[in-house]
Amino acid sequence: MRKLASLLLAALLLLGLAPLAGAEKVIELDMYFPVSVGGGPDALISALCEQFHAENPGIKVNPVYAGSYADTRTKVLAAIQGNDVPAVALMFSIDLYQLYSMGVLFDYDSFATTPEDQAWLNGFYPGFMENSRLGGKTYGIPWQRSTIIMYYNKDLFREAGLNPDAPPQNWTELAEFGSKLVKKDANGQTVRYGVQIPSDKAGYAYWMLQTFTLTQDGFNLMSDDGTEVYFDNPKTIRGLEFWKSLSDQGIQAPGTAKWSTTVSDFLEQKVAIIYHTTGNLTNVRKNATFDFGTSRLPADTSFGSPTGGGNFYLFKGVPEEQTQAAVTFVKWMTNNPERVAQWSIDTGYVATRPEAYDTARMIEYTEGFPSALTARDQLEFAKAEFSVYDQGAVQDILDTAIEAAMTGNKTPADALKQAQQEADAILADYR
Amino acid sequence: MTDLRLKTDSAKKWRTTYLAWGLLLPSVAFLSVFTLYPIGYSAYMSLFKNNMSTFATGPQYIGLKNYVDLFTRDAVFSKAFTNNLIIAAVTVPLSIALAVAMAIFANRVKAGKGAVRVSFFYPTLLPMVAVANIWLFIYTPMYGLLGSFNPNWRFLDNVNTVLQAMIVMLVWKQAGYVMIFYIAGLQNINQELYEAARIDGANAGQMFRRITWPLLRPTTIYVTIITLTNAYKMVDHLYIMTKGGPDNASNMLLFYVYQKAFDQSNTGVASAVTVILIAILLIATSVHFFTQDRRTFYA
Repeated sequence: MRKLASLLLAALLLLGLAPLAGAEKVIELDMYFPVSVGGGPDALISALCEQFHAENPGIKVNPVYAGSYADTRTKVLAAIQGNDVPAVALMFSIDLYQLYSMGVLFDYDSFATTPEDQAWLNGFYPGFMENSRLGGKTYGIPWQRSTIIMYYNKDLFREAGLNPDAPPQNWTELAEFGSKLVKKDANGQTVRYGVQIPSDKAGYAYWMLQTFTLTQDGFNLMSDDGTEVYFDNPKTIRGLEFWKSLSDQGIQAPGTAKWSTTVSDFLEQKVAIIYHTTGNLTNVRKNATFDFGTSRLPADTSFGSPTGGGNFYLFKGVPEEQTQAAVTFVKWMTNNPERVAQWSIDTGYVATRPEAYDTARMIEYTEGFPSALTARDQLEFAKAEFSVYDQGAVQDILDTAIEAAMTGNKTPADALKQAQQEADAILADYR
Repeated sequence: MTDLRLKTDSAKKWRTTYLAWGLLLPSVAFLSVFTLYPIGYSAYMSLFKNNMSTFATGPQYIGLKNYVDLFTRDAVFSKAFTNNLIIAAVTVPLSIALAVAMAIFANRVKAGKGAVRVSFFYPTLLPMVAVANIWLFIYTPMYGLLGSFNPNWRFLDNVNTVLQAMIVMLVWKQAGYVMIFYIAGLQNINQELYEAARIDGANAGQMFRRITWPLLRPTTIYVTIITLTNAYKMVDHLYIMTKGGPDNASNMLLFYVYQKAFDQSNTGVASAVTVILIAILLIATSVHFFTQDRRTFYA
């Protein structure tokens, strides 16, 4: 009996002590994040979260891998509708209008009040802030940000008698070099294509279409306020027609090309030139068994590329201490040039702050591997990625139109004109 | 029904009824909560405009407009609807034919019976997502499995071939499952019938037509319903392989529900498609059940 009593007492004491031991209360945050490139950035994100916790014992961020960008949007929206709101999430920069129209976002300006915080908010490349600001307020903090770059196989350039240090600079050269790089077997079967620009809905077809409009005097697919789209504009139609013509001439494989296999097609040397996110640069560098180069995208009347990638968002509807903790985390991740530089080196994403390129590690890296600068150098020509209200629905319409054109089901003009009508019907609610 | 005691003793009759309902109660409750209520709620939600634009204001009642729009204006819906009909019309007979052939073979084979059955059945054990990844590799042009025969077979990138490519995979996936029922059905057939037929000089074809196939009829009815519902239910692979593309050439109703509900947060339209899907399956199963059941000879 006495034994039992003392045991109970001990248990009570322990219980009583527990809150004392936890006086340093740990705020736990679940952070959904997407991965859309190879090379395992999920492990890097987990490692960063652990390092953050080690330096900030009061806050623990649990990274939750949520799939692609679209999957992450789906999961976060479902969580919000189920009243299980995350304090912070890494999501597609282009989800901004949709999240904003739902009224679920906090802006960072309300929390970043000190001059040092202001310097943090204003220190990113302006190109990346196009998809991050709305009405003068900052809703997204750039993290895994990219532009689309051209990867090309220098060995195959040599084999085709092309100068490996002179990649195509304009559309005409892209088609001309591309056709020289096509290889056929004895039966006339194409065993290697010249060019591949992914055009499937599962990937980012609309994003690739932007590479053909932004290179025409920087013409973009949507208005700055996210309520108008320009699918049936002659420039858009011309861009899609050029893209399709690459397939018609046998330079690119017929039908749609998959985003998910384009890099492996390139690594398997089944295609000599691809367009893809710079976020795959480190993946390509590690896995290419041949000499490759990168370049800004070939121009028509101007250089251009859409930006892309993910931002950190803050969500309303959580206790304020969680939001404060989230801001601390986001600032920790994005304010330190060394960390931003290392993330860029590890993945290929563009370092989001100019001073990251002045760090010793970045200077050393880029001297040995100048391709790491391609995407950043292209930023001066870069414009916002396609982003409108009701993003999911409108993007689906445009992706479907691109698939219809690339598979020859419709002409580019017909497909885009129909897409324009459908998108207008949806966006009318927001005008 | 001819039990006189039940007819005369009404107290006992009621007790039996209560007992029957009592025994049914758990499943009735379960069905109500997890099936009937969601169906009713979907039907109710399908009468509202409920998408991103109504997020702030709340759903807006629009009567049957979602349905009218689906049937008159929504090209993706009609594409998915037709695709589903084609898939049902092709996969059901194809799976059954293949399954019967496999069952007869697996039943007759002498050596390695177990190995044969396992190899026929194993696609069923794989999750649909794993199957999708296997076939994605098979269909990958240039360096996939089929790509080594012809580098430019691009079945998944072409609107004219993508549905056929899916059908082959779906039949491969479910034929083994169907085969199990036919093996059971075959083993229930009295061997004396075959002996008698053989004495009468019937050949193998005649025996199959006159004995095996008619006696497998109950199995066939059951299996038809299973494969028919499968034709509408198996969509996981679309998520991995094509997202319904290219140009919605491989889209299906259930996947369209997913796209509308989650990718596009359009609960109103997603609910309307759900209700249509339920109606289709209900009609198909009841027509089949009530017309075919009568003509069945239960051995």
